[in-house]
Amino acid sequence: MKIIKIIGLVIFIFALGVFTFSMFSSEHQLTSELIKSHVTYSPEAQAAVMEAANSTGVMGKSYGTNFSFINGLHEVFNTANNTLGEKAIPSWQVEKYLIPLTKYSTAGPFGGKPNMAFWLSIMLGALAGLIYILPDMSQLAGIKNDGIYQNASTKGITLNVRLAFLGLAMLYALWKSIFQFPLVIFFVLVVGLILYWVWKSEKSYNGARARSASVSTSGWLGIAFGIYLISFYVFLYFFPHYVTNWTLMLDPVAAAIKGDGGTASHWFLYGFLYCIVMVVMGVRMMVKYRHNKYQLVRTASVLFFQLGFAFLIPEILVRLNQPYMDLKNAWPLDYDFYTKDAIGGLAGQGSEIAFLGGTSVGTVMLCWGIALTFIVVPVFTYVFGKRWYCSWVCGCGGLAETLGDPYRQLSDKSMRAWKIERYVIHGVLAFAVLMTVGVLVNRFTGIDNFGLFSAGQLKSWYGFMIGAMFSGVVGTGFYPLMGNRVWCRFGCPLAGLLGLVQKFKSRFRITTNGGQCISCGNCSTYCEMGIDVRAYAQRGQNIVRSSCVGCGVCSAVCPRGVLKLENGSSDIGERTTELKTIHISESDLKILS
Amino acid sequence: MHVVIIGNGISGVTAARFVRKLSDHKITIISSETKYFFSRTALMYIYMGHMRAEDTMPYEPWFWEKNRIDLVEAHVDKIDFKGKSLALNNNTSLKYDKLVLALGSASNKFGWPGQDLDAVGGLYHMQDLENMEKYSEGLERAVIVGGGLIGIEMAEMFHSRHIPVTMLVREKSYWDNVLPEEESAMINRHIKESHIDLRLQTELKEIIDDGSGKAKGVVTSKEDVIDCGYVGLTAGVHPNVRWLKETELNVERGIVVNNHLETNMQDVYAVGDCVQLEEPRPGRRSIEAVWYTGRMMGETAAYNICGKPVAYDPGIWFNSAKFIHIEYQVYGDVLAKPPENHESFYWEHPDGRKAVRIVFDNKTDVILGFNLMGIRFRHEVCEKWLKDKVHVDEVMANLKLANFDPEFYSSYEADIIRAFNNKYKRSVKLTSKGLLDQVYSFLKS
Repeated sequence: MKIIKIIGLVIFIFALGVFTFSMFSSEHQLTSELIKSHVTYSPEAQAAVMEAANSTGVMGKSYGTNFSFINGLHEVFNTANNTLGEKAIPSWQVEKYLIPLTKYSTAGPFGGKPNMAFWLSIMLGALAGLIYILPDMSQLAGIKNDGIYQNASTKGITLNVRLAFLGLAMLYALWKSIFQFPLVIFFVLVVGLILYWVWKSEKSYNGARARSASVSTSGWLGIAFGIYLISFYVFLYFFPHYVTNWTLMLDPVAAAIKGDGGTASHWFLYGFLYCIVMVVMGVRMMVKYRHNKYQLVRTASVLFFQLGFAFLIPEILVRLNQPYMDLKNAWPLDYDFYTKDAIGGLAGQGSEIAFLGGTSVGTVMLCWGIALTFIVVPVFTYVFGKRWYCSWVCGCGGLAETLGDPYRQLSDKSMRAWKIERYVIHGVLAFAVLMTVGVLVNRFTGIDNFGLFSAGQLKSWYGFMIGAMFSGVVGTGFYPLMGNRVWCRFGCPLAGLLGLVQKFKSRFRITTNGGQCISCGNCSTYCEMGIDVRAYAQRGQNIVRSSCVGCGVCSAVCPRGVLKLENGSSDIGERTTELKTIHISESDLKILS
Repeated sequence: MHVVIIGNGISGVTAARFVRKLSDHKITIISSETKYFFSRTALMYIYMGHMRAEDTMPYEPWFWEKNRIDLVEAHVDKIDFKGKSLALNNNTSLKYDKLVLALGSASNKFGWPGQDLDAVGGLYHMQDLENMEKYSEGLERAVIVGGGLIGIEMAEMFHSRHIPVTMLVREKSYWDNVLPEEESAMINRHIKESHIDLRLQTELKEIIDDGSGKAKGVVTSKEDVIDCGYVGLTAGVHPNVRWLKETELNVERGIVVNNHLETNMQDVYAVGDCVQLEEPRPGRRSIEAVWYTGRMMGETAAYNICGKPVAYDPGIWFNSAKFIHIEYQVYGDVLAKPPENHESFYWEHPDGRKAVRIVFDNKTDVILGFNLMGIRFRHEVCEKWLKDKVHVDEVMANLKLANFDPEFYSSYEADIIRAFNNKYKRSVKLTSKGLLDQVYSFLKS
């Protein structure tokens, strides 16, 4: 069995290599047809670009990688914009042109073999993953966490290294937003708050530090994987013109799903990879927890919602000429549901009061979205707790529970982390509400200037800081560095909102089985949300925490059968009052004294 | 007032926490094992790589300072009971007003030749773990002597690192002085299907020296020689009191205490594994070295120290363990060799890894105990049934109230009741669905 696993691993490394190489190993040539069909800003602009391409010698020249080709394109656009003067093509438009120009200037990676690259990277990688995973079926079913803290990939990193990564991500965000004053202030506040809590908890009890997240920096494989993931997200979100080879490889898949002529955008690429990774790692999750039906059903559920609701249904809607919509994605996770062209796009073109107009399907969707936010989400959370969304339906949660499962132990369990978490997640929630209200006010009243900033600015800041940096780069890229729920725990505004319902008005709690807890710490260690579950369990107290996503792993790893996820309405206001390990009551004392 | 506690295990720490809850006394905990309290039951998970040592610490380091509990890392060499002072191995002494002895256990050694060689050790202290770690690199086989809870834990530990393990068990079946026959047989099977070499009715005769003072193998009572690089001695534990035997303190097998956990010395209490109760409750042993009783004793001692006298009452017996992948829980009296009035109903799942045993009085039908293998039962519900001495038919009819398995697990109550009705020619019907609200209304009734 071990030899099969090694074969799987070797093939996977090969496939990962092919995937990485296929990103940039392609020959590119700029042609006048490409410029004619894609650079359509204005006739003068097109002519200027054409001329610049010729004068700079980029036209017709053969480039060995997409990096050098894109450098050439930048030179062309800079030259053209110099001659265009006031009529220059705006930079955001230039960036949009880079994508098709790069994509269609090549026949694909490895000398024009995108199909081969597709099969040898993504599909072979998925197969290799399964070859690596399936031999585990031969072991006895049971908790398999052996060696996690002895493995360079999953043992984690020290607080200092974590802070360095976090600092770099923040510096990057700061650099991108340096000229937007209010954003900088917001940023400094968040960073300051984090540093303050770290400083305070280090300072207040001399020598007695918070429980650290790991013992050593020897988790180098995890760091390497983190850097790879982070780089992937940076390219995907901020430099999509560098990933066109991958989209080229996926064009046939896109055509099959979207219908003839359908092509793969970088978002399609992301969606497809997301699904593939979730399926393979979902199989891993099911193999690992095959003795635990809760985990089996839950994993099947997140796979279903990702493949169906997040990936296929929106594409099919588009194929049927209906608006693209992920029907399970609730505001405020879907932060621009009420503010993008959503209202116009869903309910009919260009009308902000088109609730009743527009297409009938669009109206239904709009109503569904509103019902999702204001009826479905609170009611379901009352009945089942936040878990119905976060670990049964949500795509982010789905990835965290499958790809992220090997890293769940890396979430920081200290009180310090909890304090930071509460400020940051509720801060993001407030930001999301403010942004949405601002944009809606703007849309319905026309007021655009709210003093320091405009509604549009608010939205673009949110999109950059939260939508891209937090949920993508940090949220997923940091799996091997800070655990698999960084986004869900610290950033997701919907999780924040659901958490408030769960904390104050829900039937859900994790019950503790009397006095059976032995304080071993497996529950806390494997809590992906960084809840110190043991702190409650060892007091015999039921657990009600706004952050709990109800993944059920604490209950699975408990060696003494102490924890159970349960719903009940008879005691909602007093779910945590009883401490069952205290066995001396006041009545005992009265008898004796 | 200065309360000094020797030992930072669950009993000593619980005593400290409750003294703090009840009073403003100065509290000091002394330990030479580790600075911070860790969960001894979790030692195995550190070796297996499930957790780091710090993850086994139930309280963060700031907890002690915040609660004004001083931690002293030292070994107590001598206790001056008259002068109320302790001599520590760092050449300091410490005065106390009240002293709590929470000294824990020590691994049993029965005078085997070679028992003090290198690469031989028990599994009790953090240092034992370090010892195991030290010899694990390149280890080709480990032999474990003793078939109890620690023995199987140690086997699982080596097994998790793909180190072949041989287990020598004196009894004719695993832990059969505690587990009834069927449960014991189930664990025998499970040990074997986990590829652990289980040798029943086999004792250790001698540990072989490799010439450098390190173990290189064992000779069994059947004269088999087994080559191995590590020998685990897990044949039970005894109170860690040898060093107190020559003092005025009343020590027999353990430190003798009365109902209020007071020793024969003024202002000196003892809690946890090191205690021998003068008058154990009927049906209970005088020495009970388990986590839960240690915790209860710590709490009780704190009340007594803080001027609120209360007798130690361990309540209804419960315990739990995990045998590799099979969880085990027990509530009430389930004995390996039951007295005549114990009627025992046993149900086992066809997969051979799950079982429920329900013991009741064969004359009165009053419920006496539950044994669970691979199925979780709710502590409070079982406890209430046992306390209220309910009729076994009532238990069976409401069995779902006790189920504590995670959601979506198959439930076996119907099968169990069918088997019960068949065996005893009764017609009990399941009446409760076992919803949480029903559980709570039952517990409040």
